[in-house]
Amino acid sequence: MIRFEHVSKRYGESLILDDLNLEIATGEFTVLIGPSGCGKTTTLKTINRLIEPDKGKIFIDDQDISQIDKVKLRRSIGYVIQQIGLFPNMTVEQNISVVPKLLNYEKARCNKIVRELLALVDMPYEEYAHKYPSEMSGGQQQRIGVLRALAASPPIVLMDEPFGALDPMTRRILQDEVSKLQKKLNKTIVFVTHDMDEALNMADKIIFMNKGKIVQIAAPEEMLENPADDLIRSFMGKHSKDQEALPQTAADFMRSDIYSCYRNRGVREAIQQMARRKVDTLLVKNLDDTYAGTVSIKSIRNHGKDLKTIEPLITQENAVSYVDEDAQICFDKLLNGQDSYVVVLNHDGTIAGIVTKTSMAKSLADAVWGDSQ
Amino acid sequence: MTLDMIMSHLYLVLAAVALTIIIGVPLGILAYFYKSVRKIILWVVEVLQTMPALALLGIIMVFLGAGKATVVIGLLLYSLLPVVQNTYVGLSEVDPAIKEVAQGMGMTKLYRLWHVEMPIAFPLIFTGIRIAAVTSVGTAVFATFVGGGGLGSLIYRGIRVSNMTMIMSGTLALMVMAVGCDGIMSHIEKRLYRRFSPRKTI
Repeated sequence: MIRFEHVSKRYGESLILDDLNLEIATGEFTVLIGPSGCGKTTTLKTINRLIEPDKGKIFIDDQDISQIDKVKLRRSIGYVIQQIGLFPNMTVEQNISVVPKLLNYEKARCNKIVRELLALVDMPYEEYAHKYPSEMSGGQQQRIGVLRALAASPPIVLMDEPFGALDPMTRRILQDEVSKLQKKLNKTIVFVTHDMDEALNMADKIIFMNKGKIVQIAAPEEMLENPADDLIRSFMGKHSKDQEALPQTAADFMRSDIYSCYRNRGVREAIQQMARRKVDTLLVKNLDDTYAGTVSIKSIRNHGKDLKTIEPLITQENAVSYVDEDAQICFDKLLNGQDSYVVVLNHDGTIAGIVTKTSMAKSLADAVWGDSQ
Repeated sequence: MTLDMIMSHLYLVLAAVALTIIIGVPLGILAYFYKSVRKIILWVVEVLQTMPALALLGIIMVFLGAGKATVVIGLLLYSLLPVVQNTYVGLSEVDPAIKEVAQGMGMTKLYRLWHVEMPIAFPLIFTGIRIAAVTSVGTAVFATFVGGGGLGSLIYRGIRVSNMTMIMSGTLALMVMAVGCDGIMSHIEKRLYRRFSPRKTI
């Protein structure tokens, strides 16, 4: 467990950390997030004493870290940074073995560790162990950066925006890999980011900071439900549930690009229109544009041969709904009735659109995952 | 021109360069580590470089008398600048992120210097050594004035007796030596750069 007690840090006039109190439980994936300059990286670096606080104490497993030898402390804490920082003069194997060597592990043991770790991320030892960092892509380099931090099995790993410099796709893959590794190896990870997606994706607990203070500590789900203030809400962006009201009425689910014709049209014309648009029914309007009913290809085939207009074939059996009707009632009509769609009318009786199963699913998906654009 | 002359010339240069490395690199490291002495070290080596080589040798001769030791020490002082400066700059310019991560992983200052910073800075330090060596080949000509021997005596004698062949053969030998030294060391240098920091070019 890592515990901060009244930790403050000042650079000249500006207060970077303002009386910070917090606890990070063992085995937990904790994400520090906030706008730049909020003190998240400073907080991280006080844990391995790259930055010493002016006031307050930090404890790891109830031991005051200011009493532990810096070098010894750091060898027991993994550290990953945004710029990756692989040593360019060392091979992959040498890079991963740095801390084990500092701890005087035997050569055979170091080699075993390297093989095991590379296997964890599916990088074959024979292919990668003797490469230099400059021979690998950014994503591969940062994988090695993460492995290097894990090499001496530290119980705590600090990560300072480790995926910030990677492209979105690689970032996603590495996020998943690190999540997996964390669960497998049960590490306490403290992770700094300014990307809410990343935080929500990885964290057990999110600590939101601003101006050197903690604004909110919560599990991702809880932070989504109840963001403590507007700043957090704006960080959540599209994830926030109350930012946009859930669709409620039939109008929210309908499609309005529909095909209709007037009731005095000829049968032949109606058939042509259906064929051109690849539909089997047409919505029919009265001459004043109000909804008259529907005509199906089936009824034309059965009775329409001798008719001049479609008028006698119009039926009003199709389910009808109004634009402001509760979406749930509209869904009931769609799901329980015989029809493949529900006609939605405006209050003046004109046609507003139709709700189909596809339009319903699409609108729901948009509401849950944000606009697909 | 005798083989002896060439060999004694080479000997002077090699001895001076070896001493320059032994003294110059640690001075560069000191300048990198301690801000308090940085300015003094960098200032002194720069001033030494601005003195005329002949004058410098003369001054040293006053203390040590004529002989090879005077020449070697003169060459050493004269070559310090590129080595000290490149050592200091090379170490300072190691990517701060790499320094930070090395520190964060629990390396001590000396371990970091030896295993990370020196290897990364080495190509630039080697450039400094190459410059020192090539300049020393030319500067060592003055050895003849303080009793140090070398190819300088051949050229000097040539000038006194107005023997163009003598002057030219001495000069040619010097040029071959300087170009050869530069060529071999440049070759090594290129390989170093490729290996240690592939993105860096001179």
